[in-house]
Amino acid sequence: MSEEVFDRGRRTISGCGLSGMMSLTGERVDGRAIRASIALLHERSNGLGGGFAAYGIYPERRDHFALHIMYDTDEARRRTESALEDDFDVAQDERIPTRPHPGIVNPPSLMRYFVLPRASRLEEDGATAEDYVLARVMRVNAEISDAFVFSSGKNMGAFKAVGYAEDIAAFFRLDEYEAYIWIAHGRFPTNTPGWWAGAHPFTLLDWAVVHNGEISSYGINRRYLEMFNYQCTMRTDTEVMAYLLDLLIRRHELPVEVACDVLAAPFWEQIERMPEERRRLYSALRQVYGGALVNGPFAIIFARHGEMVGLNDRIKLRPLVAARKDSWLYLSSEESGIRAMCARPDLVWAPRAGQPVIGRLGSEVVAGEPAHGGRIAVGQEATSE
Amino acid sequence: MSSTPTDTKGKDRARAAARARAQRAPVYRRSADFRWTHDPEQCARCKRCVQQCGFKALSWEDGPVVDPEKCVGCHRCEMFCPQQAIAVVPQVQHYRPHPLWTQAHRQNLYLQAETGGVLLAGMGNDLPYPVLWDNLLLDACQVTNPSIDPLREPMELRTYLGRRPDAVEVTLGGDGPELATEMGPTLELETPIIFAAMSYGSISLNAQKAIAMAAEECGTLWNTGEGGLHEDLKPYAHRAFVQCASGRFGVHADYLNAGAAIEIKIGQGAKPGIGGHLPGEKVSAEVSETRMIPVGSDALSPAPQHDIYSIEDLRQLIYALKEASNYEKPVSVKIAAVHNVAAIASGIVRAGADMVYLDGFRGGTGAAPTIIRDHLGIPIEIAIAVVDQQLREEGIRNQASIIAAGGIRSSADAAKAIALGADAIAIGTGALLALGCTLCQKCYTGRCSWGITTQDPALTRRLDPYVGSRRVGNLLRGWSAELEEILGAMGVNAIESLRGSRERLRGVGLDKTTLDILGVKPAGVGA
Repeated sequence: MSEEVFDRGRRTISGCGLSGMMSLTGERVDGRAIRASIALLHERSNGLGGGFAAYGIYPERRDHFALHIMYDTDEARRRTESALEDDFDVAQDERIPTRPHPGIVNPPSLMRYFVLPRASRLEEDGATAEDYVLARVMRVNAEISDAFVFSSGKNMGAFKAVGYAEDIAAFFRLDEYEAYIWIAHGRFPTNTPGWWAGAHPFTLLDWAVVHNGEISSYGINRRYLEMFNYQCTMRTDTEVMAYLLDLLIRRHELPVEVACDVLAAPFWEQIERMPEERRRLYSALRQVYGGALVNGPFAIIFARHGEMVGLNDRIKLRPLVAARKDSWLYLSSEESGIRAMCARPDLVWAPRAGQPVIGRLGSEVVAGEPAHGGRIAVGQEATSE
Repeated sequence: MSSTPTDTKGKDRARAAARARAQRAPVYRRSADFRWTHDPEQCARCKRCVQQCGFKALSWEDGPVVDPEKCVGCHRCEMFCPQQAIAVVPQVQHYRPHPLWTQAHRQNLYLQAETGGVLLAGMGNDLPYPVLWDNLLLDACQVTNPSIDPLREPMELRTYLGRRPDAVEVTLGGDGPELATEMGPTLELETPIIFAAMSYGSISLNAQKAIAMAAEECGTLWNTGEGGLHEDLKPYAHRAFVQCASGRFGVHADYLNAGAAIEIKIGQGAKPGIGGHLPGEKVSAEVSETRMIPVGSDALSPAPQHDIYSIEDLRQLIYALKEASNYEKPVSVKIAAVHNVAAIASGIVRAGADMVYLDGFRGGTGAAPTIIRDHLGIPIEIAIAVVDQQLREEGIRNQASIIAAGGIRSSADAAKAIALGADAIAIGTGALLALGCTLCQKCYTGRCSWGITTQDPALTRRLDPYVGSRRVGNLLRGWSAELEEILGAMGVNAIESLRGSRERLRGVGLDKTTLDILGVKPAGVGA
């Protein structure tokens, strides 16, 4: 059978380990804690990919879009840079600092650019700066083979590679960056050779998503997104997750909580027990967004500036644990992953199926945190020193 | 032959010769399709077989005697014989075999040579065209994503039909998020299976009542067909599509407002481009009252609707009906699946329809010209795929729901139809089988032994609507339970995660073009 037949829409199926940490007050820490957490979840990955996203790492260039780009060939780099120079004012370009590591082989050429959309072009386009950047990032990724933009937000960055996540952290020297949100991913793909661009996190502007699971509804989620002109080219379920978030939150302007209730919709029998107004809302959401219901096992952590969210599928078929300590919120696939970041959390809990845990900068209240007295025994012994 | 007889004796001789010639002439004698056999040793001489035969093929002359030409093989007598003394078996004609001139072709030809008429048939196309359902297989979960046990976890089949906005607008109030979008009227179903249109007239009141009761009980919808709404069925009208077809029988403002939704019937899968004809014999006093036509008059549904000769005319009728029902009833447009179905469906959605009902070429009928039934239209499998894809490419898929019908035989066919893109499927033949129909295909004779496609009170009273509704309801419950099993095996717990998810289908034995049209990968290709 021809390769074309086999290749059609093929995607990667993977299990994984996730971790995330966020300071609700904006305190920045380096990448050692998140590395320790994802290193502890080593068994949940198989060395075929991992990555990190960090927020608040480029304070001196906070107003510039930071483009992280990987190149396999010099030709791809020349073409991309010429395109960038046409569309952007490039304030700074440099190699992304790396430290050779035996676990990371054949790295591509890794560059970063701090850019602003060229004013005249932006005006011509009549688009927002975000849409302008997004369109160009998509174009590079679709049209220049051997070049891939893997991060494009402001004052944040994604770092990913083929290898084990802890080795990737060392390779990218994450101990030298300071961020108030860190999310991390160690990957266990079951059917694909290593592919740098295909590692997590998956990013769009300042959105980053890490994901553990296989979306059983991938077929219809993908076709649903195609109606809104998202072309799924990355062959990963995570891409679908990222585009759905972009559609629901950025384009349809749904509050994050509501977007989560679309992805992991409450059951009809739960909706029927809601008060009238809420029932009308949720009935409408399910009728309109049936194609965006993400069915099958997933745990995701996604972030953008000022926000970190953890979410499980509607019947919790993948693990996710949350914890609080002072003004920090922690998320991980396993409680051990949390204790690697924070040995003695104040509160540990297992978020309920489909119920998002949302940390917001400047707010001590975490959505999804169990009510007072609802502490889960598993966290108790750690707090009773 | 030109000689003129000169005397009376000669005339007599000529007449005798003509008679003899006529007797020798190879005039077609209608051959029987079935051989009716009966074991006199077993027979209890109860005459029940004679009473049960709706087609009057049996009479009693010191034992049951059959007129083989009249036996349609419905097996009513066989099933009701307390002694199991009767066997009705197919009668094989021992013409010399010919692969081109099959027995069916020869018999039809003989019949037409004799009558010069258009041959009629009932139920769906019975020619062995490929059945694409049988070339499609469903997916299941193993290891990397888990299956879900439908006996332990909730499984959601609830389905909504009708127009929806592309996005929901939400405002954040003091009590959390609030709905700011005005939602149009939609239909809520507890299972994605509804009943196809079968009019009072084409089927008996008892049959329609059985289906209507089952629809209400199972939280789904039935369809009046083009026969109006009988007084007795008004309690079930809130779960009905009320149909407005080319004859406009029984259509008035109260009728339009009585139903859950309104359906404009443009075409039917069994007879695309063809109207209907309910013979005057079937127009009893009650049918006359319901259809609003004189007793004994033929009820002719023209081939086209005479106020719809274009898509813009359809738009006018859609909005006329919406006006008449105060925009409270979603409107469906039913078409036969024909070659250009995707573009037609797109036009229908843009004309304002809230649902498009696609009827494939295998759909059933009470009566249709055989030649039309057997040779016009396209398979429903293809029609669903191309319509769903077209509406998605145009970004108007949310504006209308797709209902698919025409040869759906099991919950597996239903699941495949939904995976190809249908919002719901409709069953007609399946529901009649549940009521006892054995697919003898003689609905157009009005002699149905099971009391389904007849208006003869002696026959219709055989069908108890309460018993019937239980059987039809059982069918829906059985299929729904099976759909839940299928969803669970696929690792999803809501029907919308299967809907349009062609990734969960694989083709076997299909050529590349057909696979591309269906949007389905061949078996062996992974995720």
